[in-house]
Amino acid sequence: MMRVEERLFQNRYRVDPGRAHIQITDPSVCTVDCHSKPCTFCCPAGCYTKEGDGRVTLITDGCMECGTCRIICTEFRNIQWEYPRGGYGILFKFG
Amino acid sequence: MNEKFDAIVVGAGPAGNSAAYTLAKAGMKVLQLERGETPGSKNVQGAILYSDALERIIPDFRDDAPLERHLLEQRMWILDDESYVGNTYRSDAFNKPPYNRYTIIRTQFDKWFSGKVQEAGAMVISETTVTDLHMDGNRVVGVKTDRTGGSVYADVVILADGVNSLLAKKAGFHPELRPKDVALAVKEIHFLPEETIDSRFNVSANAGVVIEMAGKITNGMVGTGFLYTNRESLTIGIGCLLSDFRKHGIAPYALLDKMKDHPAIRPLIEGGTMKEYTAHLIPEGGYHAVPPLYGDGWMIVGDAAMFVNSVHREGSNLAMTTGRLAAETMIELTADDKPMTAKNLARYHEKVKTSFVMKDLKKYKDMPKVLENNPQFFTAYPELLNRAAHELLTVDGVEKKAKERSIRRSFVKSRSWTGLMGDAVKLWRAFQ
Repeated sequence: MMRVEERLFQNRYRVDPGRAHIQITDPSVCTVDCHSKPCTFCCPAGCYTKEGDGRVTLITDGCMECGTCRIICTEFRNIQWEYPRGGYGILFKFG
Repeated sequence: MNEKFDAIVVGAGPAGNSAAYTLAKAGMKVLQLERGETPGSKNVQGAILYSDALERIIPDFRDDAPLERHLLEQRMWILDDESYVGNTYRSDAFNKPPYNRYTIIRTQFDKWFSGKVQEAGAMVISETTVTDLHMDGNRVVGVKTDRTGGSVYADVVILADGVNSLLAKKAGFHPELRPKDVALAVKEIHFLPEETIDSRFNVSANAGVVIEMAGKITNGMVGTGFLYTNRESLTIGIGCLLSDFRKHGIAPYALLDKMKDHPAIRPLIEGGTMKEYTAHLIPEGGYHAVPPLYGDGWMIVGDAAMFVNSVHREGSNLAMTTGRLAAETMIELTADDKPMTAKNLARYHEKVKTSFVMKDLKKYKDMPKVLENNPQFFTAYPELLNRAAHELLTVDGVEKKAKERSIRRSFVKSRSWTGLMGDAVKLWRAFQ
């Protein structure tokens, strides 16, 4: 299987350094309370990683701004999701 | 930007562009805001353009719109792990202009459409994210943007901000989307020489093929796959309900890879160069999930309002139509000198209700529930159909009657007589 990073490498982004448009509200909720961690396998860009110690880390650089993580987090509503600033984020070449 | 506009349109997809174009053509003072670098750079679709909806807005769009291939042939495949049963409709009637459907590449198409909006006289500002609505009590009076001093005001704000519609949620116009009301679709675009596509798909002279797929490729989840021919590229994608992705624990790109590796699909895309991977949510909640469409000083159009007919894979035409209807509502009210109150904007809802948009959604109102509760339509039946075809087509000295008996037994064993009858009734009802 092609790794998700290889796929995302084909895409064009303008990253807004230091201004992640998505944030985990309370990381301890992901570590302690959320057992299924659906963001770690539903995100089509693989932005969420389940670490060995149960933490969930989020790197938004490859985000395609689809909204999956926000909608899938029904149990804890633990994601703050905004669009990137105008002109930043994914810039589709073909769409 | 302390100017006041007749209308502010948020978003430059098919819905927003149709609304902005129609309003500007009628002489209204329109501001359209788009968060992408250029209109189209945030937008994703399969993509098929349905001519009729656009023709009603720009009758001569074929003169200069960037169109890929007109559709000559439609294939429907029901897939098992290593086979498919399919049907095809191909008619030379679809090979004569004016063509009814085209494949398009959305970034190019949306840029073209936005050019038309600007020619019509609307002010289009890109690289601007609308962060919130300005309210005066219950009334929407304008928008806040992420530009400094970025508040703008208008009589009406048309929300064409796509499936996520954060603005409508922040304003409390509709609740957060439920995972079972949206499909997550992932897609890749693979480039191949035009002649290779022509010969692989048995077409020429800009004619194209659509393949819609269902069955085992979705791993038992409610969803479909597709393969569309562009001029020099193929788009291949798969989408399933988000609630199913969560339940089944499979990564969307893993599902796409599995589909690409199907023995009937692999040869079609072989040798192509993958140049982009995209993901997008499709609002598939249908009739029962459509939110309120208007209020004091606002209307909502396109994906933001759940306007997708998932059974027929239509969305952009519903978006264009609702964008146009919202604009026409405003034009009529202005002509009658009526204010943009909820009571008057209710006319938009009436227009949507009497159009094909709401009639089609209503026709399939029970479909989401039927498919959600009956995964056998995506698992057992594709398998049974494919095995039946295999049995019938394998010539091995077994008499045909025995083959039929064996096929019948396999259906009854898998679903039982009552199950088979029940499934038939459920599907028949859902299509009524």
